[in-house]
Amino acid sequence: MHESVGLDKVIKTHGSVRAVDHVSLSIQNGEFFSILGPSGSGKTTILRLIAGLDRPDQGDILIQQRVVNSDPPHERPVNMVFQHYALFPHLSVYENVAFGLKMKGEHQANIQKSVRHMLALVRLEGKETRLPGQLSGGEQQRVALARALINRPVVLLLDEPLAALDQQLRQEMQGELKRLQREVKATFICVTHQQDEAMMLSDRIAVMDRGKLLQVGTPQEIYDHPASSTVARFIGLSNVLSGTIARCEGTLCRVEHDVLPPVMATCSPRDSPQGGVTVMVRPERVHVSPDMSANGYDNRLQAIVHQVLFTGNEVVYHVRLRDEAIWMARVPIAEAQASPLVVGQPVYVQWWAHEGLVLPAHTAPC
Amino acid sequence: MKRMPDSFIAVSLLVMVFLYLPVVILIGLSFNVSTMGVAWKGFTFQWYEKLVMDRAILQAAVNSVVIALVSTGLALILGVGTAIGLETRQGGQKSWVNMILLLPLVIPEILLGVALLMVFVLCQVHLGFSTIIIGHMVFNLPLTIVIVRARLRKLDPAWEDAARDLGATSWDVLTRITLPLLRPAIWGAGLLGFTVSLDDFVVTFFVAGPGSTTLPLKVFSMIRTGMTPEINALSAVMVVVSMVCVGLSWFVQQRSTPASSESSYL
Repeated sequence: MHESVGLDKVIKTHGSVRAVDHVSLSIQNGEFFSILGPSGSGKTTILRLIAGLDRPDQGDILIQQRVVNSDPPHERPVNMVFQHYALFPHLSVYENVAFGLKMKGEHQANIQKSVRHMLALVRLEGKETRLPGQLSGGEQQRVALARALINRPVVLLLDEPLAALDQQLRQEMQGELKRLQREVKATFICVTHQQDEAMMLSDRIAVMDRGKLLQVGTPQEIYDHPASSTVARFIGLSNVLSGTIARCEGTLCRVEHDVLPPVMATCSPRDSPQGGVTVMVRPERVHVSPDMSANGYDNRLQAIVHQVLFTGNEVVYHVRLRDEAIWMARVPIAEAQASPLVVGQPVYVQWWAHEGLVLPAHTAPC
Repeated sequence: MKRMPDSFIAVSLLVMVFLYLPVVILIGLSFNVSTMGVAWKGFTFQWYEKLVMDRAILQAAVNSVVIALVSTGLALILGVGTAIGLETRQGGQKSWVNMILLLPLVIPEILLGVALLMVFVLCQVHLGFSTIIIGHMVFNLPLTIVIVRARLRKLDPAWEDAARDLGATSWDVLTRITLPLLRPAIWGAGLLGFTVSLDDFVVTFFVAGPGSTTLPLKVFSMIRTGMTPEINALSAVMVVVSMVCVGLSWFVQQRSTPASSESSYL
């Protein structure tokens, strides 16, 4: 597999803010790659650097193993779907989609054929003469996709492609995006702040925060082995507990806390943590019951039920630990109904040592 | 919608009467048979017929329109360019540039007139069409800049990015994206500038020369020999033309709102 897009120690500053801080990335041909991060984490800036709308202060941008730092946007085999689509409001659907080919000076007949093909691909036949303002959000999104893809880009950049759509449409478009990628066989680089979106769509995910790259990996890797507590919090809900390492044996660590009893947790074999750490436990791994379980869980904390949330297929319990921290436990509906808990009830929060992950307390770049 | 209180409506009506009653009376009297005073002696079109037959008035009307068209056209070319330049310029907005550009709109017109006359005399420029056109551009240019900039600020910068991403050069962006989207503002500014130029008296009075009499100047010179129904008729025509132009200017700018950035954010 060849590299489609590469970033090599890229730095980009906006005013006094480092929007992108020493980021190196390698994205393979045909990959669906997501950049995930809170707003202002620099993810859109990375797209703009790849598109050529911004230039890096330092470092190199490579497209198909060629340095393109000073190439203007129209000389790059890259196209972008903008956050709010940025459809030209005075041009019809047809003219919007044809814009790129017209700029290249293609023949009228070719343009017509390609536009028809693209509109069929995004299922917008018959809407050629509409203005963008007359389309629904989902249709505008499809026009934006067609307008970018008609140029046969090697890389398609998507800036929060689904953010402006409602829940149902969003799920539909997720499938649509995957289908489009299979059909056009381009590399898709997608920026999003929705972790579930990134998880579902992507082959690999890069997690960013404040201009720095925190972790790159498959959705599974990032979910199961987050590199830091920041990543853990960003990928899925998680319960955290801060403490200090008392001792480690292999990957098994004993973590002590000021108020709560010590807990056992696992650390990654790569690092040997010391001092202040965070222990992370996923809500679906936490067991909550009114009495001590006979299973003999490694960890057991006392808590009070704070809130009971019913979501349909499961119940989410919010419990308050003795240090006032709120933890969450997700329990399948059948199990929850068998032994219902009520607000204010004292309970035990229990989990296995291998389900608690020891992470460095402070964000560290990977 | 909440209904307005009666007192509010009453005050509004009074203000309207205060503003428009003189104009209504003037238009009404232009159809009066009587040549003297305000007593109503019957309906007639004769003053309008006389107006159309008067060569001097027709010449003044042609002069006014030519001057208004040329000064507005030049102001548009320079103003649109200036506005685009100011809005796309990287870095901090130069507030002193704004101040200087908008100053002619707040300087008393009589000062502008005197100042312009002094400059033209100093530079020994022959007073006539060219000096009136330059004089009108002094207030038309800031007007155009203000209106076009307001529209430019509503344009989504992502449109330009998208065009560049799709292979457009700076020239393509200007001609295919920016200018078409500015069209309503350009029309609006043009119509407004045309009206202001058509109606201007003070600046024109100072910088006009022999043979370049405009309609307002003509009305002024006629009124010195006495108020005639012919003047009423001429004034009525000017009022209607101005109102139509200003109304059109407002209309084209209003109608454009659906095409502005909000709609694409749906």
